[in-house]
Amino acid sequence: MEKGGAPVGLTARPDHQLVTVSPQSQEGWVATRLDFLVNWGRANSLWPMPFGTACCAIEFMATAASKYDLARFGMERMSFSPRQADVLICAGRVPFKLAPVIRRIWQQMLQPKWCISMGACASTGGMFDNYAVVQGIDTIIPVDVYVPGCPPRPEGLIYGIMMLQEKVKRERMSDERLRDEMEPDPTSKLYIPPHAIDELSEPFGNSVHQTRSGL
Amino acid sequence: MNPSVDRIKTRFPTAFVRAEVIWGETTVYLRTESVLDVVKYLHDDESERYDYLSDVTAVEYRDLELPLQVVWHLRSLPYRRFLRLKAEIAKGDPLKVPSVMPVYSGADWLERECFDMFGIQFDGHPDLRRILMWEQYAEGYPLRKDFPLRGRFSRSEQLRQALAAQPESRYSMTELTIADAFEDLPLEMRQRLAGGEKTGE
Repeated sequence: MEKGGAPVGLTARPDHQLVTVSPQSQEGWVATRLDFLVNWGRANSLWPMPFGTACCAIEFMATAASKYDLARFGMERMSFSPRQADVLICAGRVPFKLAPVIRRIWQQMLQPKWCISMGACASTGGMFDNYAVVQGIDTIIPVDVYVPGCPPRPEGLIYGIMMLQEKVKRERMSDERLRDEMEPDPTSKLYIPPHAIDELSEPFGNSVHQTRSGL
Repeated sequence: MNPSVDRIKTRFPTAFVRAEVIWGETTVYLRTESVLDVVKYLHDDESERYDYLSDVTAVEYRDLELPLQVVWHLRSLPYRRFLRLKAEIAKGDPLKVPSVMPVYSGADWLERECFDMFGIQFDGHPDLRRILMWEQYAEGYPLRKDFPLRGRFSRSEQLRQALAAQPESRYSMTELTIADAFEDLPLEMRQRLAGGEKTGE
């Protein structure tokens, strides 16, 4: 290498020290909690099931593309089958006609499973406070993380994903009810009582002036 | 004005109500019961050849006598003409117009959508079911003026009914019988279809 030149190529750094070990000394111990290890593995290899119905799905695709690169979080493997997915990412508005579909997709997913509700429409119905749109998918399936925005930017979704990773990392195996499947009410097929759904989907903002009274 | 108007007027004097031109587009108002005859003529006649039905829909106005209009958009590709047909339905009359399915098979889903949203019965349609809302939808016809924006039922009731709907059952076997893949179906399934079985899966 020329004197004073930039260090390029395969030249060893001056402070480089070769570590020599004997094979016998490789036997070591790592002591940790099992659920720490399991959660660490789970949190960094979440496989999303994209359920994209609107413009949020475009932002989701941007998140998965090279610039934001969802693969950094271990989520590069989109699972288009619910049976091999860990996270249901509902991106976009869900009309009532899709309600039984998303319910079935959620039920087909194996435990452990989580759900991200991406965007205003999936979380609350958004601007679509009308006869056709579900007012928040949390009335159909349990949701872990809500990502606000219309649509959320990729940074927003990534923040939501990191929140979910935090949540996964804090799960404890001692919690026996952690993996309990929520069973809907057998007659009404609802998870939460009807009056709670009505309360959750109360109109707000300008739309309170539009009543159900007809004309 | 579209030259077809005069020919409709002379050929169907009883069917013709009036015609108007708005922004270069001609609209012909017809009596409800004779729509199919006129459409058949417009499709078949050598000097008309309206071979493309681009839309079937309806409009509701806040008009006290004639609130509802059913609209057909016809296009003639050879002559490059556009013609809009309208049929007005008087208040209190049955919401019934003839189906143009015998002429344009593409009218199938357009008429089903119009039925779904406005509740207009298309006489002669072979499979008039809801298409956008699920089949068991019981709240009425959403695009009518008397339909409240949020629907008639409470949110929990809407959700309960939506979850009770069977997503698979809405595919009609009639649709499958006309599909290209019909010949590839197993014999037993073809027989069931020929027997008029309605529910899928």
